[in-house]
Amino acid sequence: MKMLEVRDLSVRYGALEVVRNVSFSVEEGEWLMIVGPNGAGKSTIVNAISQGADYTGRIAFCGRDVRSFKSSELARHIGVLSQNHMVGYAFSVGEVVRLGRYAYAPGIFSRHTDEDEESVAQALALTGLAEIEKQSVLTLSGGELQRVFLAQIFAQDPDLLILDEPTNHLDLVYQKQVFSLIEQWRQTPGRAVISVVHDLSLALAYGSEALLLNRGAACAVGPVSDVLTAERLNEVYGMDVKEWMQTMLRQWEKL
Amino acid sequence: MSHNEPNRGEAAASPRIRKEGFGALAYLGFALVAAVTLVLCVSVGSVAVPFGNTVRIIVGAVAGKELPAGTEIFDRPPRRLVRVLCVALTGASLSVCGGAMQGLLKNPLADGSTLGVSSGASLGAVIAIAFGITFPGLPFAGTMVMAMLFAFGSMLAILTMAYKLDYSLSTNSIILIGVIFSMLVSSVLSLIITFAPDRVHSITFWTMGSLAGSSYRNALVLLIALIVCGGVILRLARELNAFAVGEDNARHVGVNVKKVRLTVLIAVSALIGVCVSIGGTIGFVGLVTPHMVRMITGPNHSRLLPASVFGGATFLMLCDLAARTLFNPRELPIGVVTSLIGAVLFIVIFYRQRRAGA
Repeated sequence: MKMLEVRDLSVRYGALEVVRNVSFSVEEGEWLMIVGPNGAGKSTIVNAISQGADYTGRIAFCGRDVRSFKSSELARHIGVLSQNHMVGYAFSVGEVVRLGRYAYAPGIFSRHTDEDEESVAQALALTGLAEIEKQSVLTLSGGELQRVFLAQIFAQDPDLLILDEPTNHLDLVYQKQVFSLIEQWRQTPGRAVISVVHDLSLALAYGSEALLLNRGAACAVGPVSDVLTAERLNEVYGMDVKEWMQTMLRQWEKL
Repeated sequence: MSHNEPNRGEAAASPRIRKEGFGALAYLGFALVAAVTLVLCVSVGSVAVPFGNTVRIIVGAVAGKELPAGTEIFDRPPRRLVRVLCVALTGASLSVCGGAMQGLLKNPLADGSTLGVSSGASLGAVIAIAFGITFPGLPFAGTMVMAMLFAFGSMLAILTMAYKLDYSLSTNSIILIGVIFSMLVSSVLSLIITFAPDRVHSITFWTMGSLAGSSYRNALVLLIALIVCGGVILRLARELNAFAVGEDNARHVGVNVKKVRLTVLIAVSALIGVCVSIGGTIGFVGLVTPHMVRMITGPNHSRLLPASVFGGATFLMLCDLAARTLFNPRELPIGVVTSLIGAVLFIVIFYRQRRAGA
């Protein structure tokens, strides 16, 4: 059975149809890269999967419609890392990471247990945040903050991890750290990753599958090497993508 | 469906509960400060009463005993005690509402008064008074129910308008709409005064706020409302933490955002409605107290909200004391004092926070 199956997904914002009849699936062990120009509908698909947008069509997790999941139940299986984090108050790193365990004890009469604390401690250790557990998130850099939310997702321990532009605004060191951590996380059997990325090099380097979107519709879906071809990318982006990337690469030869 | 590890939290055998909130000692500390303030406020007034007598009166009142000799100034029932109790309960209620709204909307300026909810509630109460709206057998319920309904309606209207204007519910949009809504309410109140000139005194009462004529029944209603609505809000502390980090993040970690938002809005509206129907519009308590408490407890609602209950009670009791004693024998409306103190404190807090980059 497929872990996630999306069939004929369409999403409308008022009169505007931002996603049109998109279909794809994800199996255990896969890392699906969702690629496409700005406004292609990438983040909208993420929102639809995580119950954040109304849609038509079918989205099923392990054969079951995601709309039939309780919020907490879905969060135990699907974790989402957003691209922007604007925390309004001086929560500590530990407090934000601990929220990742909410789904295991939801409701007004539930509380954290020792097991939750163990998961939190593991997530903090994995992301290298254990030493700043008590530090306010307002004092952190963008990269550190992204790692805090990554730790929150690791503590949440889902089967499917969805990352919406996870390296947005991150410098190269943090980009490498984040992708290495996710790659390490994915190695455990029973897990899969979907990420929305703008950096085509990252998509080629880490992705096993790819979904290429253009103006809300799927241009191609399948193994990365089959989908991200020079011809298709040229057509979708309206420029010679490969030539541009190679031009950029040649700049390194000057160093 | 894959389960990578045998124990994913839910299947643990008798897991030990980890507390995020305060221990008994911290609660005792907060309660002690509030209790000392209560004794101080009951003792000090136009006629001073020694602390010892005040404590005996309070204990006697709780136990239902006769008042000791020499304490007749309290009358039957002990009016000052009842008034201070109502003030404390109102302060606690408004403060917990402010703390909850600031978390829910991730907006440090959110509060019943800045959102226009208190204005909406007072409009409901004034309409009930001006047009004599009552419920059979429940003479007080007309004002109270109308205040609660208008509080909820106002909140829904304001948040809907803010959503339409700016999906992120930013501070500026909410405050702008809250101010406009309060001005609209003010105009409607003027209109009602025009058509019901004989009710000008009562209407002025709602707009300035006063708990001078409070009764035991008022205190009981406030206590019940605080236990029920405040209890619901306090139990949603973890959900409010998630909202305070971000609504999308709350949804991603598994919070049923629609249900929690609606529950908090109903509880807050009901509690503000009850407070306004008894004491009129008392601004800034729900805005300033959670800010001050947050400096001690941090932003975690498991600690912030219980501390706000005691902090709000203490703050409003001291404001009421100032209202009664500053220009003795003339008494100021408590809403005027809270606005004066609250506005200054808020500017100081906000300025310091902005400078600290918070």
